[in-house]
Amino acid sequence: MRNYEVTFIVDPTLPGDEIKSAAKKYIDLIKGGAKITNIDELGIRQLAYPIKRKNTGIYYCVEFEAENGVMIAPLELAMRRDEQLLRFLTVSLDKHGVKYNADKRAGKIGKIIKKKKVEEEPQHKRRNNNKNRKKRPSNNNNNSNNNNQGQNKDKDKTAAPAATTPAPAAEAKPKS
Amino acid sequence: MATREVIKFLSNPKIGGKRSKYCRFRRFGIKYIDYKDPDFLEQFVNEQGKLLPRRITGNSLKYQRRVATAVKRARHLAFLPYVTDLLK
Repeated sequence: MRNYEVTFIVDPTLPGDEIKSAAKKYIDLIKGGAKITNIDELGIRQLAYPIKRKNTGIYYCVEFEAENGVMIAPLELAMRRDEQLLRFLTVSLDKHGVKYNADKRAGKIGKIIKKKKVEEEPQHKRRNNNKNRKKRPSNNNNNSNNNNQGQNKDKDKTAAPAATTPAPAAEAKPKS
Repeated sequence: MATREVIKFLSNPKIGGKRSKYCRFRRFGIKYIDYKDPDFLEQFVNEQGKLLPRRITGNSLKYQRRVATAVKRARHLAFLPYVTDLLK
């Protein structure tokens, strides 16, 4: 037994019924010669580059098990002739690929990736922080000092007249 | 007078040291690289969408080859771009 995986992109501008019927056509075609283990509808996705002047596509991924690869050639021929499909790719899976897909369905894969990201992110952060530390402090200190001094001077200037003016007013108010 | 024992701990010898590269697939036991996961594959690609060399990613030869095929498959299915700027 061999394991295969077909991923294909259906034209999103078709009416909803035709999209489903196009996908169903190929699923039925695979069913004729092999045993389907999983059908994954990835749904509508943004394409990384336009294909046939379309910027989005509806992704389907069908995983199946066949005795041999005889039924793949007619399947690919049918896909190549179909204008409703934007792209397709058939891949044979090794045992690790089959295990990976099974784990992904069971929801085990996302966690592992998350763990890895947590381990990797701190390194980047550290590097960035180091860079920032090296570059910024000299500039920042100078700037902040200058600013502070400037602000202080301004404050002194503004504060002195302000202090003088409200005081008489405050004194004047109670008198009146 | 600072003794030799004290001086030894004044600076951390690990600071500024070379971080040793490793193959993440071997270390974390990842056997299969999914071509349908563009977020993961982006780690092995530069801003222009080109594959990063082994001397930067630290992958072993076996897994670098598999990363390369996965990225190429992802490009065919428009999960990743063939050419861009400012991918990241």
